[in-house]
Amino acid sequence: MSVLVLMEDGGPSRQTLTLARKFGEPRSVRIDAILPFAPDALATALAQAADELDASAVFAAGTERGNEVMARLAARMDLPFAANCIAAAPGDPVEVTRLRWGGSLLEEARLHSPRPLITVAPHTVAADDGSVPPEVDLHHPHDRDLTVRVSDHVEPSSAGVSLAAAKVIVSGGRGVGSKEGFAIIEELAALLGAAVGCSRAVTSAGWRPHTDQVGQTGTKVAPEVYIACGISGATQHMAGLKGAKRIVAINSDPQAPLMLNADYTVTGDLKEIVPAISAEIRKRR
Amino acid sequence: MRIAACIKRVPITGGRILLTDDARAINTQHLGFTISPHEECGVEEAVRLIEANKGDSVVLTLGPSEAVEQLRDAMALGIDRAIHLQTDGQEWDAEATAGALLEAIRADESANGPFDIIFFGNESADSGGFQVGIRVAYGLGRPCVTGLKKVTLEGSQVRCEQQVEGGRDVYVVPLPAVLTVKEGLNLPRYPSVPGKMRARSKPVAVVTPSRPAPRLELVKLAVPAGQGRRAESLGSGAAAAQAVVEMLQKAGVL
Amino acid sequence: MSLPNHARCVVIGCGIVGNSLAYHLTRLGWRDVVLLDKGPLPNPGGSTGHASNFIYLVDHSKEMTALTMDSVRQYKELGVFIQSGGIEVARTPERMQELTRRMASGESWGIEGRSLLTPAQVKELVPYIDEKVILGGFNTEGVGVVDSLRAGTLMREKGRAADALHVAPKTEVVGIDVEHGRVKRVRTTDGDIETDIVAITGGVWSPRIARMAGTRIPLTPAVHQMIDIGPVPRFRGAKSDIEHPIVRDMDTNMYERQAGGDLEIGSYAHKPILYDPEDLPPVEQAALSPTEFPFTQADFEEQMQHALELMPEIVGDESVGVKYAINGILSLTPDGMPVLGESPDVKGLWAAAAVWVKEGPGTGKAVAEWMVHGESEIDLHSSDIARFHEHQKTRAHVRARAAEGFNKTYGIVHPSEQWASNRNVRLAPFHIRERELGAVFFEAAGWERPQWYESNASLLEEFGDRVTRRSAEWDARWWSPIINAEHLAMRDRAGLFDLSAFTIFDILGPGALASVQCAALRQMDVPIGRVVYTPVLSPQGGFKSDLTIMRLGDEHFRVVTGGAGGMADKKWFRDQLVRGAELADLTSSMTTIGLWGPHARRVLQGATSDDVSNEGFKFGTCRVIEVGTQRVLASRISYVGDLGWELYVPIEQGLKLWDTLWEAGRPHGMAACGIGVYGTTGRLEKCYRAHGNELETEYNVVEAGMTAPRVKEEDFIGKAAHLRHREEDPAAVLCTLTVDDHRAKSGENRYPLGREPILTRDGKRIVDRRGRGSYVTSAGAGPSVGKHILMAYLTPEEAVVGNQLLVEYMGERYPVSVAVAGATPLFDPENTRIRS
Repeated sequence: MSVLVLMEDGGPSRQTLTLARKFGEPRSVRIDAILPFAPDALATALAQAADELDASAVFAAGTERGNEVMARLAARMDLPFAANCIAAAPGDPVEVTRLRWGGSLLEEARLHSPRPLITVAPHTVAADDGSVPPEVDLHHPHDRDLTVRVSDHVEPSSAGVSLAAAKVIVSGGRGVGSKEGFAIIEELAALLGAAVGCSRAVTSAGWRPHTDQVGQTGTKVAPEVYIACGISGATQHMAGLKGAKRIVAINSDPQAPLMLNADYTVTGDLKEIVPAISAEIRKRR
Repeated sequence: MRIAACIKRVPITGGRILLTDDARAINTQHLGFTISPHEECGVEEAVRLIEANKGDSVVLTLGPSEAVEQLRDAMALGIDRAIHLQTDGQEWDAEATAGALLEAIRADESANGPFDIIFFGNESADSGGFQVGIRVAYGLGRPCVTGLKKVTLEGSQVRCEQQVEGGRDVYVVPLPAVLTVKEGLNLPRYPSVPGKMRARSKPVAVVTPSRPAPRLELVKLAVPAGQGRRAESLGSGAAAAQAVVEMLQKAGVL
Repeated sequence: MSLPNHARCVVIGCGIVGNSLAYHLTRLGWRDVVLLDKGPLPNPGGSTGHASNFIYLVDHSKEMTALTMDSVRQYKELGVFIQSGGIEVARTPERMQELTRRMASGESWGIEGRSLLTPAQVKELVPYIDEKVILGGFNTEGVGVVDSLRAGTLMREKGRAADALHVAPKTEVVGIDVEHGRVKRVRTTDGDIETDIVAITGGVWSPRIARMAGTRIPLTPAVHQMIDIGPVPRFRGAKSDIEHPIVRDMDTNMYERQAGGDLEIGSYAHKPILYDPEDLPPVEQAALSPTEFPFTQADFEEQMQHALELMPEIVGDESVGVKYAINGILSLTPDGMPVLGESPDVKGLWAAAAVWVKEGPGTGKAVAEWMVHGESEIDLHSSDIARFHEHQKTRAHVRARAAEGFNKTYGIVHPSEQWASNRNVRLAPFHIRERELGAVFFEAAGWERPQWYESNASLLEEFGDRVTRRSAEWDARWWSPIINAEHLAMRDRAGLFDLSAFTIFDILGPGALASVQCAALRQMDVPIGRVVYTPVLSPQGGFKSDLTIMRLGDEHFRVVTGGAGGMADKKWFRDQLVRGAELADLTSSMTTIGLWGPHARRVLQGATSDDVSNEGFKFGTCRVIEVGTQRVLASRISYVGDLGWELYVPIEQGLKLWDTLWEAGRPHGMAACGIGVYGTTGRLEKCYRAHGNELETEYNVVEAGMTAPRVKEEDFIGKAAHLRHREEDPAAVLCTLTVDDHRAKSGENRYPLGREPILTRDGKRIVDRRGRGSYVTSAGAGPSVGKHILMAYLTPEEAVVGNQLLVEYMGERYPVSVAVAGATPLFDPENTRIRS
């Protein structure tokens, strides 16, 4: 039996292979097989390939593009699709475990499908270290599948450190109190060469742009150190922190969820503590 | 022009999610509800487009009778009317949801003409299936662009910016189109009191689709085991600054 | 820091009340006080954390106003008070009238900086109001907002600085151990604490905590809706939290206040939404806090309209959005007052619950004084946890009355207004007869008592002009001229009274005499068969109560007191029991009928063969007589100042006694008389004092004019203070005044109902040297003296017979004269009737 896998560069696709192998011998289609990126064309190509291979299942990494292409494949083939799985056991039905609420909740589900379509949530499954599966030959894309395709690219406008790539993030929540209150957060971030982040409450209040928002509907981050100032730690925010190595929480409420999920805590008024940290760093220079 | 926005009613979760006894749903006894965040931006974008171009805007949802609250919320922001695909509270999988929405949209379009744009959230906050908008687009045979952070009308086309690593990819597709959006597309307004009052008298059409057997069938939910972090206190107040800096040095980021 | 295993006192709950109570206990010298909360600090998640934090000063309740004023003083001392002023606006003529009443209450309680404003004047202070919607406003300059969480933190710090307070957040109480009726220990998630004294300050959770000790705190969590809209262009650049007066839109049960750049809109207008304490989520499961529930828009629809009408500039601004909306949870009680004091069921278990932010610090201080000194500076009898009768502590009663009371939060509540819910709980055995007579029932302690009888309307014709009519609707509400006619029938012939609401308990055993001696001011070592009316004093010599005690045997005393204060009196007497004495409550075993009037003896003689002549049955004595087949305890005293008896029989025989007396009274023109006569007209003509009106802990025996020639040898509570008071010149003298001219500017005659300020002829407040202002403690008709009677404490200088003063009522002032300074009755000053 073959299983078809949509491959991208990087870890998530290697992780996907781990689950895919349970469903058969992997064959692959590269996500950049059609350039510029045209998701409908890619979905059509996958459908044809799956048919030709009589693939037992189709897998992709649960990245934005992976989920998108798989959803189009599902719509085209009129099949169900389980996104962001962390486990999948072959059978009829296929038993899957998938993420909900950005990973704050797990769902056990049964996938009733002649050809299971599954994406694998990044960083939830060990990477496969076997050989790269052989690619299948694709048909030339049809014009009608090229209506949706990338026609241009815009560089990021912000000059600062990007959240997703930052090694250190200093982040503020409702406890910062106001737009102006972020001055001390920015000051500390500048001293640390860090990016500034914030919680959803802050973005909703209009204190910071959405590009600064860390969380389920903002940016998911993976810094060495995440300093959370005055953030209570609702599940929405915690969902974006799963990749952080060390979390430092500064909060007046020692029982705030984030304080309970941090590696280090400082209890008290962030308006005193944050400037004190900045002063301490300056002193040591 | 005609714009539709599809939304989902989701609970506002706090610090800890609690499940019902049968573990098939979140225990919402103490929780409020909201429009799923991405879709809030879809509603806002729809309102802005109609404000700028005039026309008719419709909000649709599939959900229990209480979901009318979210429809009213959307209408309070400026949407003209609502279509409520009312369920008995059971969970619908993404495929079934898309099927029911497709039917409701077709019915509305046959009476009032096609929507130029139908907005969806890129994925819902709770079940996160990443597919309802795409399925509806395929059903209608319309182009669909996903994960949008910017939408600009250009005549009979729409220019879409999709966030990717290292910038944004641009798509330009003809109307009518289906667009799935992400939070950050805009900053949704708060509803004004007059807006809320107007929303009370805006029409809500109710249809009651029947639920097909789910092909992605929820068995049960579970709260993942904690990350097992044991917080180490670095002290309290400004006096803790020294300990924080030492920790940063040890972590090698200073 | 680990939890101590022993404490002087454990205070449970770190809201504004718990913080204040714990601090004041340490200030008064207690050490080893432990303050716990299951939630985190500084905001443990209770009502304090989401309160709107504003303080209006004027309340018709003197007790509530005093607690509020003391709280403001404390908030100011802590530096967390911002004065903003506050305006209660009126949309209706009825409300405008109510605002004049609030003006008067403010005068009575000594609140300065009050004024009535025209719509244009309101607009000047609150430029964003639509003045066309309102008829006027009542402005109180001293209104402001506080930071109640910060106040709590500062109080905890003070207690800790004195090394007297241990604070333990995130420590949940799981049990309270009670042994032999006394608190022994508190069990928590962090260990046990041995202690004799526990104070429950757990706000909406208080009932849950009380239940751990096997007792009840009758309150219910209820919803108060609040929304926050903004940003308000007018408030852009606001330099403080509040720069404009807070507006209370009284007629719509709403308020609007600036909160920085936003406007906060709150409502008490929606249907009552009640919860059980068990419905509150644990801290970690709540999306916001355990007392901030999801907003229910459907309950707020009308309120948006009302807010829009009043403040269209802000509320109608399309750019101003609803940023935040909650159903905040607060505490409601069956009678709207807090629940304070030591539990009547468990010694050492104290409560300070159902307290709002505006009266929090003052309440904490008062309860601390009560715990440490045995009484508080402010008389707390209306808030005493011991006031509740058993049925009043049931869930159904609490919910029914809380629901009914909720929409009265800003209501226009007549002083005599009756509750509609949960009535007919306690019925006299002759209730059926009273119904036949067309009784209009008022409630007292759950008892249905006839206030007057419609069947007596025929007496109106008989007494003609001697009965004063009232034309003003407010004055005549919950009132009838029939009361006055019944009064005259009683004074001319005889009246029969239902006194079932009395609280009756016996003190028995070898320690009985010592026990009653300890509680009573008067000598109780009297011959068997004597009835003694006696004040009951507080440790500082104020009035805890006044009641009658019959000596029925060497070791047997029967205490009879009113229904309203009866439960508190019972606790007080039980607390004074010495070894070998016990208390037996007979309230539900005995019923009482009063028979008074010049023909009372003839009526009674017609029903008994016993000797009830003046010689055979002297005033101030009691004994068992036979009335037909019934043995009746007859007690010759009177609260209406006429010849007659209180007649006690077992409750199941009450109907028979009523019927017997009714038959006996028929030839003598006896009328059934309601409590309107017993409690007001009959009493006031005789200048008899009433607890809760004239008699409070804030006044002493000398001031009340009740000094006896001698003080008994035996010790009693308050003796030292009482002896001191007898040596001092009184700061105030209780006087009886009569209204000289009732005519209002409109030409209509008006009749004050009580609590109005008494002013000098040039309109100045009268304040005694202890800072107490003069106000009407009781008001009512005196049909036999043809006057409307007021009682008030005056300074000795003003307490001169014939002195002319003013009473302020509904925005106008009426001339009054001092008729009596002291206790001499207006009617029958020689007391010949009662002794005839």
